[in-house]
Amino acid sequence: MDYILTEEQLMIRDLARQIAVEKIVPVRAELDEHNKFPTDVMKAIAQADLLGLYIPEQYGGLGKGSLDFYIAIEELSKACLGVSTTYAANALGTYPLLLFGTDEQKKKYLPDIASGKKYVAFGLTEANAGSDASGIQTTARLEGNEYVLNGTKQWITNGGEADVYTVIAITDKSKGPRGASAFVVDKGTPGFTFGKKENKMGIRASSTTELIFNNCRIPKDNIIAKQGMGFIVAMKTLDSSRAGVGSQGVGVAQGAIDEAIKFARGRVQFGQPVTSFQAIQHMLADMQTQTEAARALVYSVARMIDSGAKDFSRASAMAKLFATDVAMKVTTDAVQVMGGSGYMKEYPVEKMMRDAKILQIYEGTNQIQRTVIGLDMIKEASKAK
Amino acid sequence: MNIIVLVKQVPDTSEVKINRETNTLIRDGVPSIINPYDRYAIEEALRLREKHGGKVTALTMGPPQAAEALKEAVSLGVDDVVLLSDRAFAGADTWATSYAISMGIRKIGQYDLIIAGKQAIDGDTAQVGPETADMLGLPFIAYIRKIEKVENNTMVVERLMDEGYDVVETALPCVITVVKEINEPRVPSLKGKMKAKSLKVAPWSAKDIAADESKLGLKGSPTQVVRIFPPAPRGQREMLSGPLEEQAAAVVKKLKEQSLI
Ligand SMILES: Cc1cc2nc3c(=O)[nH]c(=O)nc-3n(C[C@H](O)[C@H](O)[C@H](O)COP(=O)(O)OP(=O)(O)OC[C@H]3O[C@@H](n4cnc5c(N)ncnc54)[C@H](O)[C@@H]3O)c2cc1C
Ligand SMILES: Cc1cc2nc3c(=O)[nH]c(=O)nc-3n(C[C@H](O)[C@H](O)[C@H](O)COP(=O)(O)OP(=O)(O)OC[C@H]3O[C@@H](n4cnc5c(N)ncnc54)[C@H](O)[C@@H]3O)c2cc1C
Repeated sequence: MDYILTEEQLMIRDLARQIAVEKIVPVRAELDEHNKFPTDVMKAIAQADLLGLYIPEQYGGLGKGSLDFYIAIEELSKACLGVSTTYAANALGTYPLLLFGTDEQKKKYLPDIASGKKYVAFGLTEANAGSDASGIQTTARLEGNEYVLNGTKQWITNGGEADVYTVIAITDKSKGPRGASAFVVDKGTPGFTFGKKENKMGIRASSTTELIFNNCRIPKDNIIAKQGMGFIVAMKTLDSSRAGVGSQGVGVAQGAIDEAIKFARGRVQFGQPVTSFQAIQHMLADMQTQTEAARALVYSVARMIDSGAKDFSRASAMAKLFATDVAMKVTTDAVQVMGGSGYMKEYPVEKMMRDAKILQIYEGTNQIQRTVIGLDMIKEASKAK
Repeated sequence: MNIIVLVKQVPDTSEVKINRETNTLIRDGVPSIINPYDRYAIEEALRLREKHGGKVTALTMGPPQAAEALKEAVSLGVDDVVLLSDRAFAGADTWATSYAISMGIRKIGQYDLIIAGKQAIDGDTAQVGPETADMLGLPFIAYIRKIEKVENNTMVVERLMDEGYDVVETALPCVITVVKEINEPRVPSLKGKMKAKSLKVAPWSAKDIAADESKLGLKGSPTQVVRIFPPAPRGQREMLSGPLEEQAAAVVKKLKEQSLI
């Protein structure tokens, strides 16, 4: 399929592909096996300018759009979702500053984020607040010129590795949904430590930890947007990054198809390559068709965002939902096409299948995406008459 | 520190097939790449620049399309490029190539270090590095696996040998060739790729580098290929270690086992 990409977008694709082939594929099994953060790979990604893709030029980035960014995510995801999660979560953590930060905050943080000198994480989830983000219990109390943070964030991607954390905390419980605020917290601030590193089923190269705030004092100016806007910052951030999770799905699905077809062509049973069986042909055909449909949806949503659409909540939810359900199905089928070999660690598809599962869970489970889409449809229908 | 890197555009030998009748490479339709060893040379030059400042220039001799290799060097981060391209250079052996390159380097003028890959994967001669050094009257060290330090116009390097390595100190400027153990080459940057895309490479001709035409191209090439054959394989070797007495005993045992004594 030809998506009529610009010359620059093709350049981004080639570059991300080169990083995937030269820097990620040789080490992905080891990163997975040993739960190792991809330090060298992230350095290569930074050196290639890809950490600054979506950051405006005036803050040291390349000022590109969502599609350019998603193309990079897709290529990296073909090789390893652990790496691409590290890369994409860096953007997730940056969006609050990008969308709501003051010029001063942007000047302070964005150039170092664009160059890869600083990594970023986004902290919303807590033990008692997953799908229901309004249940967060971390508090931020204003004392003179400082906010004092207390509480524990759970399952935060890039935890411990990032230098900058954008965090949502309750500033006034009585105000309900208007009672939370967003903050930027630097690693090393007294009272801010990390809990245990999670031992995960997949994306094991990605670091996932707790963030522990114990009377952590930060300057009052570290608030992002106004007091009370925390959930708006969080929702807009997730709207902006969600379709990127879709491109992770497209990438891992395509990566799995490429492996499966390569293997199947060489695998002889009953005296012929297994690709000569219609059962296999049809499975491959479904896998590629679903992946292509997912890609088309993700790219369309990216183009919608890049053309300046105001509300793309439903669209990005659909891209995330569809592409990640496809990713789970396609990676499972890739293992099936490869038979017992697909189940073994000598081949990368078992990892792809384990990795793909997270895409249906983080940044809003796929049940929650359906709720977002359904409610938006009903709202629209009720307005129409 | 001003560094010149010698790069060569070569056919991607992982894609080359052999013509079984003539025993020559089928080069038609084979994509061209930067000689892989030269990527290590470029990387090392970029790292030295990051440490010591200065400028990196990539130089190649070849047909006009060799500009592509230079553009790739720009996408990796080199500051400047020189393409030596002229009909007069055609058919050059390593000697005539080294002459043209040395004249190109003279024209560039300002340099502290010249780095090349240990050999090119198409010809595999490993001659252009040392010949260029000789023609420029510069010290030459082959097979560098590490540059330990550069200071006060001297450089300390590690030269990879069959068993172990040598530590060598040299005056600058000098010419070195590097092996793949020296570093891990980077991928290009997006800004570099954009810069490379809009780059126009103006070639230098034989006249531009004030070359003596009789020393160029086919005319200037003394090499005659008489026969091509694979070298006889080296016999199996084994290195012994440990206390001398044990080593001696082990040698005696082996010789006896093979009924040699
Ligand atoms: C590896 C990993 C990395 C993560 N990274 C981050 C990060 O960087 N930052 C961050 O803030 N968070 C992060 N998270 C948290 C992630 O966003 C949450 O796990 C996710 O939102 C789901 O919350 P939960 O796990 O508590 O599941 P729950 O909310 O407990 O859901 C359990 C089940 O109930 C379903 N469910 C819940 N509510 C409803 C409903 N109303 N209707 C229908 N079904 C419902 C869910 O779909 C799910 O199937 C990460 C999680 C993981 C596992
Ligand atoms: C963890 C594990 C434990 C095992 N334990 C044992 C054991 O204890 N003893 C033992 O003997 N074996 C064992 N096996 C082997 C197992 O039974 C085989 O892996 C299985 O029969 C599939 O064979 P294959 O892996 O060679 O796949 P292949 O036969 O190569 O199949 C590859 C793909 O082609 C498809 N295919 C093949 N032929 C056709 C066809 N004619 N028409 C349509 N589709 C076709 C398959 O369905 C599959 O999708 C084990 C395997 C694993 C992974």
